[in-house]
Amino acid sequence: MIYLDYNATTPVHPEVIKAMIPCFAEQFGNPSSFYRIGREAKARLHHARAKVAACIGAHTDEIYFTAGGTESDNMAVRGIARLLKERGNHIITSSVEHHAVFKTCAALEKEGFEVTFLPVDSGGRVDPDALSKSITSRTILVSIMAANNETGVVQPVEEIGAITEEKNILFHTDAVQAVGKIPIDVTCLKADLLSLSGHKLYGPKGVGALYIKKGISVEPMLTGGSHERNLRAGTENVAGIVGLAEAVCMAKDTLDDESRRLCLLRDRLEEGLAENVPDICINGSDAPRISNTSNITFMGVDGESILLHLDLKDIYASSGSACATGSAEPSHVLRAMGIGKREAQSSVRFSLGKETTGADIDVTVNAVSEIIRKLRMISSI
Amino acid sequence: MENTENNQSDAEIPSAKLEEAEGPVIFYNDKVIDHFTNPRNVGEMEEGSCDGYSLVGDPECGDQMKLWIKVEKGRIEDIKFKSFGCPGAIATSSMATVLAKGTSLDEAKHLSDDDVVEAFEGIPDHKKHCSMMGVNALHAAIRDYEQKQKCPGK
Repeated sequence: MIYLDYNATTPVHPEVIKAMIPCFAEQFGNPSSFYRIGREAKARLHHARAKVAACIGAHTDEIYFTAGGTESDNMAVRGIARLLKERGNHIITSSVEHHAVFKTCAALEKEGFEVTFLPVDSGGRVDPDALSKSITSRTILVSIMAANNETGVVQPVEEIGAITEEKNILFHTDAVQAVGKIPIDVTCLKADLLSLSGHKLYGPKGVGALYIKKGISVEPMLTGGSHERNLRAGTENVAGIVGLAEAVCMAKDTLDDESRRLCLLRDRLEEGLAENVPDICINGSDAPRISNTSNITFMGVDGESILLHLDLKDIYASSGSACATGSAEPSHVLRAMGIGKREAQSSVRFSLGKETTGADIDVTVNAVSEIIRKLRMISSI
Repeated sequence: MENTENNQSDAEIPSAKLEEAEGPVIFYNDKVIDHFTNPRNVGEMEEGSCDGYSLVGDPECGDQMKLWIKVEKGRIEDIKFKSFGCPGAIATSSMATVLAKGTSLDEAKHLSDDDVVEAFEGIPDHKKHCSMMGVNALHAAIRDYEQKQKCPGK
């Protein structure tokens, strides 16, 4: 098997599993219980919170655990919108956000909020000046992702953070694809809220975190107990949280070496394909990107057909557009970059990770070259 | 009592059942995979040797197909196609040409997308719209042929 879909999910690292296992049956106490095993669970929770906080330059009490990146994004965007709706009703986001933010903003629009979906340039980047100009006296939140899941393009989040700080507007960033791949420090970013997820960085699925800067609050989405300092009710997923903390620390410790290694492999993939396959376009390659992601348009062939051929060869990649429902729109991210509908439909995402080797890349280059030749023989375009 | 369903490994759950419970699963049977990996009747025909031609698109998903027919004594003597589309579109286009080749024009006109799906013994529900494209292209090529018979100059 050659797995090249690490932006979809990652295998849990053995060290992460090792850290989690005692939490299931041995140390199973509820962190809210007052007796010893409850207190011990609470201590583990606190330790995990401190670890996650340290990895992103936050204070321990600024980290709130959630059930994943989507929940963190919802909690941030919806939570701020609902809390500040008396102050203003305008939210600024981008047209390339992950659906967790994109569709949450669209849902808020239906509730009466006004949302600006900022365009991006052909490289997939938001223009900070355009963002600055779109701020009004009614703007309550800016939500711009740190790195894009489909193209890997990194947004100018530090510049955006400086703008929002100066204009005294809250800034949320979805850093689900960025944490563990590029250095992320909430003070450098000047972010007020930041989402991260466990399973994108060799941690477990179903757990994430939201950083909320001290002094800022959100309206909770779940009501119930007083967990997570009253912002997120529900008994904590202690094992998952312990795993998440372990995974975030490990990703930070190995970040420099691993991102250099993946960058070389990604270049090898792109250069190999450019040499062997005519008429391809590497999307977002002019912009800064996280080092593991490559999004490529293969003119004249359908992405899903490429993926099935790869699947039959035990190579796994993905596309933002799947003709799955009969009305599936090609990737909103590629379309926002000015890429045509048919070209977007002809695109495949390769995302590399820990287990990816040079040999995997060479096998993939050969396989893709052969598949494209074959599909172009059939193609009517 | 043992719950047999829970003892099934994930891979053993029939895809239709999985789809019903968990949402769309892109699953093609071996016959569809065979037509996808080895599509039949792929190619083009020169303008002189072709009696009917069509270019159709699936407006729902951006797929596109070109189809050529050669007609001899009211029968589809030869048929060729090229297609830009998903695996479902490629496989069903291939099957439509197989079903049409050698039939009378009248039989070919009555060929439906259900016939294509039946020939495969089923395709995933959300891929059924793909099977329309091959049949639509076939019918359009026959119309083109009939038009040319009426007005040979065109």
